[in-house]
Amino acid sequence: MSVDKETVRKVARLARIAVPEDRLQPLAGELSGILNWIEQLNEVDVEGVDAMASTVDVGLPMRPDTTATGPTGGGQPDRVVSNAPKTEDHFFVVPKVVE
Amino acid sequence: MSEPRKLLQGATGDWEIVVGLEVHAQVSSQAKLFSGAPATYGAGPNENVSLVDAAFPGMLPVLNAYCVEQAVRTGLGLNAKINLWSRFDRKNYFYPDLPQGYQISQYKDPIVGEGEIEVELDDGEIVRVGIERLHLEQDAGKSIHDLAPKESYVDLNRSGVALMEIVSKPDIRSADEAAAYFSKIRTIVRYLGTCDGNMEEGSMRADVNVSVCRAGNYQKFRDTGDFSHLGTRTETKNVNSIRYVRQVVEYEARRQIEALESGGKIDQETRLFNVATGETRTMRSKEDAHDYRYFPDPDLLPLELDAAWVEKIKASLPELPDQKRRRFVEKLGLSAYDASVLSADRVKADYFETVAEGRDGKLASNWVTTELFGALNKAGLDIEDSPIEAPALGKLIDLISDGVISGRIAKDVFAIMFESGGDPEKIVEDKGLRQVTDTGAIEKIVDDIIAANPEQVAQVKEKPKTFGWFVGQAMKASGGKANPQALNEILKKKLGVD
Repeated sequence: MSVDKETVRKVARLARIAVPEDRLQPLAGELSGILNWIEQLNEVDVEGVDAMASTVDVGLPMRPDTTATGPTGGGQPDRVVSNAPKTEDHFFVVPKVVE
Repeated sequence: MSEPRKLLQGATGDWEIVVGLEVHAQVSSQAKLFSGAPATYGAGPNENVSLVDAAFPGMLPVLNAYCVEQAVRTGLGLNAKINLWSRFDRKNYFYPDLPQGYQISQYKDPIVGEGEIEVELDDGEIVRVGIERLHLEQDAGKSIHDLAPKESYVDLNRSGVALMEIVSKPDIRSADEAAAYFSKIRTIVRYLGTCDGNMEEGSMRADVNVSVCRAGNYQKFRDTGDFSHLGTRTETKNVNSIRYVRQVVEYEARRQIEALESGGKIDQETRLFNVATGETRTMRSKEDAHDYRYFPDPDLLPLELDAAWVEKIKASLPELPDQKRRRFVEKLGLSAYDASVLSADRVKADYFETVAEGRDGKLASNWVTTELFGALNKAGLDIEDSPIEAPALGKLIDLISDGVISGRIAKDVFAIMFESGGDPEKIVEDKGLRQVTDTGAIEKIVDDIIAANPEQVAQVKEKPKTFGWFVGQAMKASGGKANPQALNEILKKKLGVD
């Protein structure tokens, strides 16, 4: 499988990664190389083998329905907005986004 | 065959509407789906946000077991298949109120599969609507656009709150059916207690998919399963009332028919509903708006459920609205309409059952649906705020059944109870409203009226209507307290009519 320049442009845009025009073609080559390398896995016979969702054979850990304190709880708006370039009254302030 | 009532007339012929609803119902939980932050409404900006919900680096999601149980309960309430193996996927898109850059959702393997519910329309007709699936997902945060001219304010309190997305099959065929379906889903989740159904606070909202096709094409789709017989659909997002769902379907169907008949075409797009105008408008039409690049969330293992645990939940389900409705009709003798009204809301149903306990079901239903609901409606009150408690209304009905007061006097007592509360028996005693069954007293009243009105007495044999006038006069003279049956008999005897 190989990807072309236009696919790279589209994927980059969907991921919001700015890729200069002159990097699109080289990236298409690199990504195609990676995909082709991984495609070797198709040679393995997986007849009768269940699809594996994880490499560890344990159940999904769950939490009880109680509110927590600390990093996984609420009540810390100062920390929540601490990395934001602009805030007001504990709101994040961003350039206007209106549909 | 297309049913005529489902057809819309256009300038060039008849059209059919096809609707599918995606209902988002917030799980009534204490904490969020993957974090320990509170899931409550109305906190200050970013107060209910953990570092997981704000997508700080290194934070990992841990699934809330209670939310899983509520999704299973809801699935069972929708008569749907519970998938013992499901998993979570990432739905990738960028928006300021989605800090992770993806929403954790379920795509290929949802926790609940196909089901079916019954939906009653206002005219009593029952239609069956298929459920495609129910999956668990995170809610996004909230952007506020009117606090500053050039900026939006983002509050992540909703971010990560657990939602159940309930997807219908394209079985809904009119605006009425869409509204009734949405209402029925709300009734079911409220019965189950899995979602509070509060639309003002956004606990329940719907994305409404509408398309139109030429009359007859829907049946072709049903016969073949081929979607190409249906028209292109639009999706109107975040519709948050039953009335608006109806309006969206009506507006979209008309808009699409007009566009198609004037030679245009319908774009598959997302639209927004304007509450003020009742119209929809294009929201975004970027060609890759739906390119979400789903993939399994590597932070979460598959969700495996124990069949015995699911059975245990099934055994603990309350009586659901459809079962209740049937029991009201079959065991208590209610009309289909009253049974629908009473079973549509669990609180109303419980109230009615307390009133009806050990009494005549139909009489109880009349007093609850006509008198009480009428008075509540007029006063703008919900059943929860009823000034008359169910046991007191039951007692009032006993007073009628025991012949202590007439049905007419009962209405006066009811009005006093509604106004200022109190025990009906005491009100009857205090106000001297006890029915006069003493025939001597009634005879006295009747004799007086006959003596005072010789002209009417002379007419009564030729004009039977005059008899009613006598009944009215006598009843008035007794202050409404005369036993109507006794009064009738005495009047007939004295006036010599049958």
